[in-house]
Amino acid sequence: MKKVIQATAVLGSLLALSACNQEPVSTGIEPKLYTDSLFAVMNADRANYTKLVVQRLGPNGVGAIKPDEHWQDIPNGTLLPAQMFRAGSEAVAEITDEFTYSLQSIWPINKQNAPKTPMEKEGLEYIAANPGENFYGEETLGDATYFTAVYPDVAVSEACTKCHNEHKDTPRTDFVLGEVMGGVVIRVPLSL
Amino acid sequence: MKKITWSLWIFLTLAIGSYFAYTLLIKEDKSQLLIGETSHGHYQIELACSSCHTEAFGGEEVIQNACVNCHAEELEQAHDSHPKKKFTDPREAYRLEIIDARYCISCHTEHQEEQTHAMGVTLPDDYCYHCHKEISDERESHKDLAFDSCASAGCHNFHDNRALYESFLVQHANKPWLDDIARISAPSNAALSKAQNPVIKNESIDQQYSVSHPEITQHWSATSHAQAGVSCSGCHTTENNSEWIERPALQQCQQCHQQEAEGFLASKHGMRLSPKLETQLPAVRPMDSPMDFKHSSLNAQHGCNSCHAAHEFNTQFAATEACLTCHNDEHSLAFKNSPHGKLWQSASLGDIDPENAVSCATCHLPRVADQNTGIKIVNKNNKEGNSEREINVRVEHNQNFYLRPNEKMIRPVCMQCHSLEFSIDALADETLIKNNFSGKLSKHIPSIDWALKREVDK
Repeated sequence: MKKVIQATAVLGSLLALSACNQEPVSTGIEPKLYTDSLFAVMNADRANYTKLVVQRLGPNGVGAIKPDEHWQDIPNGTLLPAQMFRAGSEAVAEITDEFTYSLQSIWPINKQNAPKTPMEKEGLEYIAANPGENFYGEETLGDATYFTAVYPDVAVSEACTKCHNEHKDTPRTDFVLGEVMGGVVIRVPLSL
Repeated sequence: MKKITWSLWIFLTLAIGSYFAYTLLIKEDKSQLLIGETSHGHYQIELACSSCHTEAFGGEEVIQNACVNCHAEELEQAHDSHPKKKFTDPREAYRLEIIDARYCISCHTEHQEEQTHAMGVTLPDDYCYHCHKEISDERESHKDLAFDSCASAGCHNFHDNRALYESFLVQHANKPWLDDIARISAPSNAALSKAQNPVIKNESIDQQYSVSHPEITQHWSATSHAQAGVSCSGCHTTENNSEWIERPALQQCQQCHQQEAEGFLASKHGMRLSPKLETQLPAVRPMDSPMDFKHSSLNAQHGCNSCHAAHEFNTQFAATEACLTCHNDEHSLAFKNSPHGKLWQSASLGDIDPENAVSCATCHLPRVADQNTGIKIVNKNNKEGNSEREINVRVEHNQNFYLRPNEKMIRPVCMQCHSLEFSIDALADETLIKNNFSGKLSKHIPSIDWALKREVDK
């Protein structure tokens, strides 16, 4: 019996030592790569909805649909691109709390889409001042810490600039095509 | 002495504990467990504790699920301006520390009579301030407005703003207070086309009872039921059993009138009979309500036949006289001599079409288009409608659906005849509501003026 115990102890030690030579256990995808990938999908969908649906079928195209803030109240109404993005974000929030995202701007038409946290403000100002660059950081909101990424949201069509420049609640009237109009903020909880 | 005190304390503790355990677990009447007066929206079902407290332990989520179970559909139809999904993003965490808007009970706490204001709100009336305090800087028109007036002055609602949002105000501005041809929707064959169950027909029973009840048969022969082929057996028997049912009630009516029953069961009149309640409750009576009712009707239990008298099913009676059989408040008593009431009297005398008159039901149980079609309320004279199109018009039997807050009534009811501006002003005028809209407006809500000014300034 004593021999069996000794043999087991030796085997255990060997196994433990051999484990030390292996690669570290994977901790999952890097938050930055994770949010970059999410943004790639969001950005593609957002540009496609704006160009392929709103611009093509809306008032500047064939006029088959009417993009409107109160789209539910109009027989051929459809969501504005920003509302479409928000609808996706809200639908995702009903499925998972592993990440959240929102569209914000330091020149928002709807003031509820202005930055609310210091990091959102810093990030949105950074991407506006540094076209083509993203912003990454960590912040604590409530009881949780988040990896927060801010990506530029660029005017991809005339539909974007025309609507934002002419809206009665806009704080800016000189947006041009290709300019950063706001940002996509993606948050991943690091601790709960 | 100490021993006696201890014994007495233990005895009293056990006695009180046993009494409440008995009340909680066995006794049918649980009214002694109510921790406070229930609000006007829920007092009917306050003794069906498990309707809201579905689990003994569980906190906010459990109660929230109960709220959603009854109110989710209505909020969705109202294009809820503040749905839960707007508050789940972590960036809202700082706001939730003040008002956790993810949960209904943060604003509507039950059993708190002394804190409960209009619409069952238990927060101080200036709650909009916490998220919209910058509005006075952004809008010149809002500069000197008090935050407790946002939702009480006829301008905004927390949930339902379908008749109050800015572009709707602009779209419907500058219209005459009364349409040239003011007409409400005509009835359609809603019940018939929506009935999913076949009408029962047992010819031997029909023959037997029509011969033995000639007077009742005569009344019935003038009804829509007779025209639709719904005979004695249609209501007095069931599909699987030809046994005679002496007093058909909701269970039989809803075999065909599913939409009407659905509305009734969600209303203050019928919510006690809702299958959503786990506890069986008797039908509500006027004496259960804190409102003013006639003494003669205090004990009348509310069911389909309370308004739709058996065999006659006179919808004109159901539309006004039935209401005034019980309701005895100032608004109800002022109806007959009001402009609306006089029109109704003319219609009753056959001088004008019923569609040109206004009854209690016109406003409180209005005819509405089938919501599933997405079509607005229309009829042959309605500017929004298409006269060639078959519209399924039904009566909304939930009297509260378009009443709380009363701006919900503007689009489906008031605007069938009146302008948006007049409707907003009239519904914000408490004196005018009390005297049933007899006399001139004493209030003007400037929301349309402000919206038009912003269009000009743009």
